[in-house]
Amino acid sequence: MTEHIAAVAGLDADSAEWPQALAGTGPRREEALARLHGLLLRIARGEVARRSPWLRLTGPELDDVAYQAAADALVAITSKLRQFRGESRFTTWAYKFVMFEVSAKIGRHFWRHPGVRLDAEGWERLPDRFGFDPAQEAEWRDLLGALRRAVNEELTARQRRVFVAIVLNNVPLDTLVLELASNRNAIYQTLFDARRKLRAALAADGYIGDDGWRRS
Amino acid sequence: MNGWSALDRFLRTDPRDVGCGEAMEMLHIYAELAAAGAPVDERCPGVAVHLRACGPCGEDFEGLLAAVRGQGSLTGTRAPRPHRL
Repeated sequence: MTEHIAAVAGLDADSAEWPQALAGTGPRREEALARLHGLLLRIARGEVARRSPWLRLTGPELDDVAYQAAADALVAITSKLRQFRGESRFTTWAYKFVMFEVSAKIGRHFWRHPGVRLDAEGWERLPDRFGFDPAQEAEWRDLLGALRRAVNEELTARQRRVFVAIVLNNVPLDTLVLELASNRNAIYQTLFDARRKLRAALAADGYIGDDGWRRS
Repeated sequence: MNGWSALDRFLRTDPRDVGCGEAMEMLHIYAELAAAGAPVDERCPGVAVHLRACGPCGEDFEGLLAAVRGQGSLTGTRAPRPHRL
């Protein structure tokens, strides 16, 4: 499905000026590059600070991620200038690349972390991953058993691997992208298809209907 | 959210979901519309569905929205989720 969204407003003067300056030569380009890098770095620092509560990163590492993200976003922006079609302010379009780079850098950091387990199957963590109450195990034990069977019997090897990494081992999707030398869209689609299969399997076994769970 | 509803949410897929590629392509336009208060759920339902379902894309959107609003970091948007399934 392709959606077309009309932009909020026409191109403002700044947004028209940025691509021209960055595509030019000489001092005007150098000044524009320096100014844009400053903006990107400010946004990158804000973004890593926003995400920091969930990261295994400390102050200097966070700033390093921000610097790397800003630098790589600048490279991406200057190489894709012709793709800017004025559908948003130039800075909004540019900041999007900062977000992508921050995500990629964080994913890479997680990948290098020695505690990360990609393939180990920690099925005992499944109840906790979804927030099932251990005190009510009698109610959900059969359901999660059926879910495990469906994972083993209905999913392809790749779907199973993605499920195990993301759901059981809590591996960030962007980290799995690196591990499998894939891309975010492909991994998401793999998990999307797996989710659809698992729901269908649980429905076929009578655990779930259109109106929700069928608890015994 | 208890385990039942969390698992139900995880297993539900929406055929309108445009996927990461298209959502990332349109993220800057979507973020400006959202910042302007436009009814993005109605105007681009497939992107809206995707951003609610996909943790990484949703996180990129939250960050970009914060940047568009000129707040950059700590205020104005809800805190990021630790990890969406």
